[in-house]
Amino acid sequence: MNNDDVILKAERLDKSYRMGATRVEVLRGLDLTVKRGEFVAIIGASGSGKSTLLHILGALDKPDKGAVSFEGRQLGRQSGRELNRFRNKVVGFVFQFYHLLDELSVLENVFLPAMASRSILGWFGCRRRAKRRAMELLVQLGLGERVKHKPYQLSGGERQRVAIARALMNEPKLLLADEPTGNLDSATGNGILDVLEKLNKAGQTIVMVTHDNRIARRAGRIITLADGKIRT
Amino acid sequence: MNNVSREAYLVTPLHASRFTLMYKLILATRYLLKRRITYFAVLAVALCVFIVVVVMTVMAGLVGDFKQKNHDFTGDCVVGSESLVGFPYYEDYVDMLEASEFVEGVSEVIRSYGLLSPQGRDLTRGVEIMGLDPARHSRATGFGDTLHHRRDDAAKAFVPSYDPNLPGCVLGIDLALQRDSNSRYAYDSSPSRIGFSISCFPLTARGALAGAGTALANTKTFYYSDHSHSGLARVDDSIIYLPFDEAQALCGMSGQTKRINAIHIKFKPDVKLKTGCEEARRLWSIFKSEKANESQAYLLNTVTVQDWKLYGRALIAAMEKEQMIMGVMFGFVGIVTVFIVLVVFYMLISHKSKDIGVLRSIGVSGFDIVELFGGFALAVGLAGSCLGVLGGWQFLLRINSIERWLFEHFEFQVWDRTMFAIGDIPSEISPRVLAVIVFSAIAACLIGALVPSWQAARLKPVETLQVNQL
Repeated sequence: MNNDDVILKAERLDKSYRMGATRVEVLRGLDLTVKRGEFVAIIGASGSGKSTLLHILGALDKPDKGAVSFEGRQLGRQSGRELNRFRNKVVGFVFQFYHLLDELSVLENVFLPAMASRSILGWFGCRRRAKRRAMELLVQLGLGERVKHKPYQLSGGERQRVAIARALMNEPKLLLADEPTGNLDSATGNGILDVLEKLNKAGQTIVMVTHDNRIARRAGRIITLADGKIRT
Repeated sequence: MNNVSREAYLVTPLHASRFTLMYKLILATRYLLKRRITYFAVLAVALCVFIVVVVMTVMAGLVGDFKQKNHDFTGDCVVGSESLVGFPYYEDYVDMLEASEFVEGVSEVIRSYGLLSPQGRDLTRGVEIMGLDPARHSRATGFGDTLHHRRDDAAKAFVPSYDPNLPGCVLGIDLALQRDSNSRYAYDSSPSRIGFSISCFPLTARGALAGAGTALANTKTFYYSDHSHSGLARVDDSIIYLPFDEAQALCGMSGQTKRINAIHIKFKPDVKLKTGCEEARRLWSIFKSEKANESQAYLLNTVTVQDWKLYGRALIAAMEKEQMIMGVMFGFVGIVTVFIVLVVFYMLISHKSKDIGVLRSIGVSGFDIVELFGGFALAVGLAGSCLGVLGGWQFLLRINSIERWLFEHFEFQVWDRTMFAIGDIPSEISPRVLAVIVFSAIAACLIGALVPSWQAARLKPVETLQVNQL
């Protein structure tokens, strides 16, 4: 495998949590490599550490041991500000429960990552372009008529599509999706998977976590997580 | 999907967090407008600001008014003795003062105690006697403005309009007039012919009763010529003003070596109080050394030179202390506000932990989270302060009408005018006091929001985004 093709690499990741008096080891020396343009599904039973792995890959959490490298740069060696920038520009998160801000409209939720990274003057400088991109994303995801709505006025599938649009706003190199269909019915979930497939075909690298084999089969590669390791 | 072009704005570096304001402004405003619980925080701040604005304005007005009335009554400076015996040779010192460049008016005053008996009534009461020259005293103090009938011609204060040949006296308003059912004075259109027998106990220069062995008291009848309304309850209820020469004779101070009790001085407008008093002290020192060999020079040792604040300190200090206690009490109200804001923010941030997780996942820093909720607290403080100030201002505009209405319908009066010498309740808002209150309210909100905001900033996004946290 050419090193230039590898976008994300996790080496010997350990992660444990304290639950009451006991310590639960979630990840035990996990290794993972993701190539550019791949659509990887991580599958495993509930509590197997799938979401924990995804959070570590997206710099939302830190491993106890081991290292995560993105395009050859170790995340653990980066400053807090660099990690904030990484989360803002390089990765996009899609969560099972959408996690949209109720106080903002659909359009505002989508361009929030662009607004959050800019000074007030910088924002006024790029406001039109950012809004245009947010609108384009929403139109492409079939939400062109819902831009002024509030998240609570949308269906589950629509909310998840808004969350995907928000994740794509800053054109991240890596999209991390944590059970993106876990809260949706089958038909709506398939719609979301169609969107992810379409994004992947357009070159988007995606790492998706799921517990459902049928959903995982829509990805290009399936990785099974068991006992804190990748089962080969 | 990726035919959406990569826009130039994407290569803009992530700015230092302190400049990323826009989303904080939007979110802070939305939290303020959309969350009902914040209305309670705004209301709590507004109520506290309202109460403090009203109470502080009224208190500051009362204290300021009281000080001004004391200043008007006293003049700028008093050279005097606490002793009823008084001090002699004052004419030379008065000449020195009048020749100086810093003095505008000087008034010699006799102060003593006596008995007052209205003619035809079987009533005798103790009064304080002030003997003065009304024209000179009006130049040195605000005495002329306190008169009712002779306000425009204070020199004739002791000339009864019904018979100019009779010796007149000016009574403190509470000695002269009755109050109506609304506690307002029932003014007379012209002074009635009422005689008052005044008895005084003259003292020798050594402080003994001058009339011992003979008639103990000097008694003379004076006729009501006017009344004086200084606005100071203690003064208006107990002082009778007599012509200087008459009072001096009554008090036994008009012998070969004449004596007085005090000299009231008014400085020229461009002379500072401290400078004027120092100059008066310097002249007194010269005067005292010049008179050191005189037979009654020992009486000069009892004389002090005091500015009006020091002279009235017993009353003014009590009032200021009361104001300070009120300030402390409302400081506690401020602490309660901080606590209310803290509780509201704690509840709000607990409900907003998901938002914090989302914001962290899109690259917002912990410091940004503190700023976001700090901005929210600022918005709460500003909104509450504006409402409180507006409410307080409107209430103060109507405070006297409200009090009148309460009195007319329920006979309730905030300050019984027979006990408190105030006309209207002070309602003039001081911009300085207002600025301090608003600043304190906003600071209280920021302090109240600090701990919850700091806790929010320390939340791990992973924990807030977990399914079981929803």
